Amino acid sequence: MKASVGNPRLRALVYQAAALAVALIVAGYLVSNTLANLAERSIATGFGFLGREAGFSIGETTFMSYSAADTYLKALAVGVANTFRVALIGIVAATVLGTLIGLARLSRNWLLAKLAGGYVEFIRNVPLLVQLFFWYVLITENLPLPRAALEPLPGVYLTNRGIFFPVPAAHPAHVWMFAALIAGIVAAFLFTRWAARRRALAGSRPPVLEIVLALVLVPPALVYLAGGTPTEIDFPRLSGFNFAGGTAFTPEFAALAGGLVVYTAAFIAEIVRAGILAIPYGQFEAAYALGLRRRLAMRLVVLPQALRVIVPPLTSQYLNLTKNSSLAVAIGYPDLVSIANTTMNQTGQAVEGIAIIMAVYLAISLSISAFMNWYNARMALKER
Amino acid sequence: MKALVMIAGVLIAAVAAVPQQAAAQSTLDTVRSKGYVQCGVNTGLAGFSQPDSKGVWRGIDVDLCRAVAAAVFADANKVRYTPLTAQQRFTALQSGEIDVLARNTTWTITRDTGLGLNFVGVNYYDGQGFMVPKKLNVKSAKQLNGATICVQPGTTTELNLADYFRANKMTFKPVVIEKLEEVLNAYFAGRCDVYTTDVSGLVAVRASRAPNPADHLILPEVISKEPLGPVVRHGDDRWFDIVKWSLFAMLEAEELGLDSKSIEQHLKSANPSIQRFVGATGDIGKGLGIDNRWAYNLIKQVGNYGESFERNLTPLGFERGLNRLWTQGGLMYAPPIR
Ligand SMILES: N[C@@H](CCC(=O)N[C@@H](CS)C(=O)NCC(=O)O)C(=O)O
Repeated sequence: MKASVGNPRLRALVYQAAALAVALIVAGYLVSNTLANLAERSIATGFGFLGREAGFSIGETTFMSYSAADTYLKALAVGVANTFRVALIGIVAATVLGTLIGLARLSRNWLLAKLAGGYVEFIRNVPLLVQLFFWYVLITENLPLPRAALEPLPGVYLTNRGIFFPVPAAHPAHVWMFAALIAGIVAAFLFTRWAARRRALAGSRPPVLEIVLALVLVPPALVYLAGGTPTEIDFPRLSGFNFAGGTAFTPEFAALAGGLVVYTAAFIAEIVRAGILAIPYGQFEAAYALGLRRRLAMRLVVLPQALRVIVPPLTSQYLNLTKNSSLAVAIGYPDLVSIANTTMNQTGQAVEGIAIIMAVYLAISLSISAFMNWYNARMALKER
Repeated sequence: MKALVMIAGVLIAAVAAVPQQAAAQSTLDTVRSKGYVQCGVNTGLAGFSQPDSKGVWRGIDVDLCRAVAAAVFADANKVRYTPLTAQQRFTALQSGEIDVLARNTTWTITRDTGLGLNFVGVNYYDGQGFMVPKKLNVKSAKQLNGATICVQPGTTTELNLADYFRANKMTFKPVVIEKLEEVLNAYFAGRCDVYTTDVSGLVAVRASRAPNPADHLILPEVISKEPLGPVVRHGDDRWFDIVKWSLFAMLEAEELGLDSKSIEQHLKSANPSIQRFVGATGDIGKGLGIDNRWAYNLIKQVGNYGESFERNLTPLGFERGLNRLWTQGGLMYAPPIR
């Protein structure tokens, strides 16, 4: 390669390096200036506070225990886990509800289509925060106190402290059942791939659904039997101020998850509807001409094409739902933002706190994007 | 949202204050050129700071803001108020959005040393308590094991609460909501068994917000010391002095027997300490960089500490208690104004 100003590749390289250098210098300047200014105003800096005792309690945790004697780091981890829980449950439920409503809006049943249309228009146009307050007030003001709890099903209690339901009492067999379930899912996954390859080669198709169900369900059931069929159930019961035992959704979680699902489902419904309408009707007709019935035509011909239209905007809805979960502060669900806010307030370290919030949301969003991009690439039109 | 905007403000102020070494403009100068004091207050706590039916802010914290304005401008009305939740208050002060924070804020060493702020003194001595609905039949905080407790985040309250239950080997479930309005709704709706905050806050909330005040009981235990006082930014000594001595002037006036009605007659008093106070002799104002009649203007327009207390807190059922002057067995004590 001849080194001259005229060489386009060299020139491009120089430009890139210069741009990078400028960016680094600006970033370095901003960081050092911030630190100097914070020091001058005698505002504490650094991440040392993460190891100190937090000193405040948190109302609910996901998959870990926490007490006020734990560190700020642990408190923030609880916040991240709580954000994950509401986002994950929210995404799954919103996808199901949104798809149903999107399909309902396309239904030939006039009433169903109009109801779905009304749902979408109403929900999309009321601010999410207002909806969250609505759900929260609905739960806290209208459900009874624990002492007068409603019992719609035996062992299930509705109160303004949350929704309590029974769970099987903890037993060592559960861990093994869970492991067996995971193993079964992996086996089922490998089996479907093998079945698909076999169909492509040999043309015949083994009874996939039945075998998959068996692979997933039988191993845990066997472990359950081998583990001595534990039958004890942990029922919620009133003790002192509140219910103890069983498991519960708090009003804060229920209002947040419910609000996010109802709201996001309206957008997903439109995305699903648009995706299906984007496929020309000729595709149905072509499928019918090949002898496929409507359901098969939908599943084998139209939906795979529609998914290509649906997946990218669906990704943004998943990201929106995750980020909207930070409205939790308003109704007291201890998500990441709420706990980081408290941390910033107790330690005064706003810059660090905001940096942590940004880093976590960035990581969550990038993972969702990466997963959806992978899925999208799988769904994409493959030219052969 | 507002908190985020303000945090962004701190970030921008911290990042963009260029060059690093140039002395920040003094707060007194900025206040003078703006023409008013920007005062951070509570979003609405009866007796401390709350807009009345005509939208005029009232309360002992509001009176502190008005006292500073009277000292600086000879006009107690030159104040603008920024209502702040517990979470927002420190960032608002750090970022320069407000000049003084007078919002029932507890003086602690962490806040005084870690946040780049300085507490100027105490305008209300308080402690943390618990309130429960009478129908729960609870008579003591020691019976609260397992209770669900409503509390606001970013407060000393939530820390003391955790400490108290740990120390007494009890457990509780916190419901942590930022906005006073929402946290009270949750308590009155029965989402929580208990509401906890400074006793002053409990008394004010019970008197002004409870659907039926007689239904609620404030438990006898007071679990912490909560000296509430005004706060300014660290590093501006002149402004620190002005706010500090505005508070002391209100206390000193009560001790000297000067109030908003009588001070006019005392302008020609023969008592030398009163002469110094009203600015007839000496040049105390010069040391503060403000008008020599600052204390006279302040008392004339706002009144002394006792007047402020009687106007704002007595009607809600508050006792003077610890907040009596030291001469009457309380803790309120101002260094000499001389
Ligand atoms: N003194 C405590 C607590 C002050 C506090 O925020 N109290 C609450 C409960 S009375 C309050 O004033 N809330 C009113 C608001 O959020 O505007 C502190 O400084 O942390």
